Amino acid sequence: MALQHVERAQEPAKASLLYDPKVRSLFFQVVLILALIFGVWWIVDNTIENLRRSNISTGFAFLRGRAGFDISDSLIQYSSDSTYGRAILVGLLNTVLVAITGIVTATILGFIIGICRLSRNWLLRKIAMVYVEIFRNIPPLLVIFFWYLGVLSVLPAPRDSFVLPFGSYLNSRGFYFPRFVWAEGAWLIIAGLIVGIALAWFVARRARARQMATGEQFPVFWTGLALIVGFPVLGFVLAGFPLTIDFPKAGTFNLTGGFNVKPEFLSLYMALSFYSAAFIAEIVRAGIQGVSKGQSEASAALGLRSGMGLRLVIIPQALRIIIPPLTSQYLNITKNSSLAVAIGYPDLYAIGGTILNQTGQAIEIVVIFMVIYLGISLATSLFMNWFNTKMALKER
Amino acid sequence: MKKILIGLLGVAAVGWTAAAASAATLDDVKAKGFLQCGVNAAGLAGFSAPNDKGEWTGLDVDYCRAVAAAIFGDGSKVKFTPLNAKDRFTALQSGEVDILSRNTTWTISRDTALGLNFAGVTYYDGQGFMVNAKKLPGVNSALQLSGAAICVQSGTTTELNLADYFKANKMEYSPVVFETQQEADAAYDSGRCDAYTTDQSGLYSIRLKLTTPDDHMVLPEIISKEPLGPSVRQGDDKWFDIAKWTYYALLNAEELGITQANVEDMKNSENPEIKRVLGSEADAKIGTDLGLTNDWVVNIVKAVGNYGEIFERNVGSGSPLKIARGINALWTKGGLQYGQPIR
Repeated sequence: MALQHVERAQEPAKASLLYDPKVRSLFFQVVLILALIFGVWWIVDNTIENLRRSNISTGFAFLRGRAGFDISDSLIQYSSDSTYGRAILVGLLNTVLVAITGIVTATILGFIIGICRLSRNWLLRKIAMVYVEIFRNIPPLLVIFFWYLGVLSVLPAPRDSFVLPFGSYLNSRGFYFPRFVWAEGAWLIIAGLIVGIALAWFVARRARARQMATGEQFPVFWTGLALIVGFPVLGFVLAGFPLTIDFPKAGTFNLTGGFNVKPEFLSLYMALSFYSAAFIAEIVRAGIQGVSKGQSEASAALGLRSGMGLRLVIIPQALRIIIPPLTSQYLNITKNSSLAVAIGYPDLYAIGGTILNQTGQAIEIVVIFMVIYLGISLATSLFMNWFNTKMALKER
Repeated sequence: MKKILIGLLGVAAVGWTAAAASAATLDDVKAKGFLQCGVNAAGLAGFSAPNDKGEWTGLDVDYCRAVAAAIFGDGSKVKFTPLNAKDRFTALQSGEVDILSRNTTWTISRDTALGLNFAGVTYYDGQGFMVNAKKLPGVNSALQLSGAAICVQSGTTTELNLADYFKANKMEYSPVVFETQQEADAAYDSGRCDAYTTDQSGLYSIRLKLTTPDDHMVLPEIISKEPLGPSVRQGDDKWFDIAKWTYYALLNAEELGITQANVEDMKNSENPEIKRVLGSEADAKIGTDLGLTNDWVVNIVKAVGNYGEIFERNVGSGSPLKIARGINALWTKGGLQYGQPIR
């Protein structure tokens, strides 16, 4: 029936294909795709031709070459004898590190400030407002410079460091604190932690099921905490205290030993967290205000205290509004981390730039940049979309 | 429909031929009427820095003016593009600048894999260290720097030599790497690093800009060879010749005693060598063979003087840097500067 209908509709069009809307749309789509393919081919071919003519070597083989430069902050083993490929990996890990720590801190800070903005306390509300208005209206690079040049570089030199409790020091070279050096048998502590978390999860599940069935409540939080802390401590004791502490000591130039968080990382991390927290605070405020007033009134009518009402009724609904814009904030933090180059933190962009200059492989490096940043961003979006679906309104 | 398609193909064909156009830099430069020269963005006093009138000055800058004078007979027909260490080669490769004169070290990998051609060595340098002698009394050798935090600019040979030097001497250090020289200067000045490393001429120049220049001391060790010179793209031999022979002309002028002041009188000299260099002999064709005019050397010397004059004015006794000629003296005076014969 339908077929016949289509055939009949095409009958008059045979007179002139030019006026058939289907043919026309198909034609233009084909032309567009051909133009696109041609455009890409032309750019690629042109590039290859120009590179060949100016005798610049191409290809990704350079990644296996010896890097020859040192990197101050590295999460993995790296020396000047390592390859360019490994240097890029070091940069990538540094970018991921600052992005993740930044995201976590910005989220916590943002939620606190966002909720403060709606507080009934006048002072708290105004402080939160001033914070948001200040940080939202200055460029992130300026915030980074503020922390780097305005706060961390005016700290005293290593010789006159601020002495903090627990053998930590703060000076213009960063924050030094004691490092735990684990001896043999330390795996028992990790094992204890895993067992503790697993048991806590199991207890929480059972308690929930019981509350659903009988309405009886169980102190899940305290039990969980006891399990998660208790088992590693037990492992620590069983393994015979496999721990020595490496305290920072004064060396010729700097403090040596201990763990050193460099000012470059600190200022980038602080700046990204404080800057993005202002945006997240606004998203949180909008999300909470987006939940209709009736909901909080209804939760109050049910006898929930305001804190519980917020936690059990308002926030779960607000999260649905909050998560999608939060994703773009997370992507912004990741991308803004490339501003690290201004203060010498060796992130992906800074190290890639150095390699670009040492090898001259501009196109290859830019391709690597694009692929990695795109990969990180897509992974973040994917995770947040999954989280969003999980948090979305469940219709029963 | 057909017309559109033919039109499209036509555009494609035109695009293709445009892409295949050859790069004759001299013709391009003559056509646009000025030379585009890449210099140091950070302002390295003595090499390339803007003066209080906003004009670029320095040894690297004067070389570019010399090339402009050779081509146009006018040393002011040059525009400067300030470049970071990191962007400089891409700028040259992509054609953003015609010539790169930005205290750049001549190395084999830059000559081969990067597709550059170095025209000569306008300044023989070596890498050194600078420390704050007031804050670190007792440090008077680079070998005492084990454990130090060291400020360095990224994408330089300096960064690589630093790694090699500390590795060879089995010392530890913590590099603090900045993309631009301004950032590295500021970080060193604020005490973020114990030492600063770059070419020694650069250290003297940077020291002038610090808050208390007298507190800082350049350590005696020179840990590398840094022949600094101008470079051009590969694949244009004619342009390379002009870059090379402008440099040699500056040296030959100094050898023959031709200066900015006496160049007009020298044209009447009876010395056949001077006559040949200045293009005042009968059927001169050296200049035209280069693609320039026969009085190209006259124009160069009129615009910027000879090599010795450029040196003294920018980095030598006539400048705040007061660097001695040292190995940059002419070969006749025990230095390394040697002008290939113009004949």
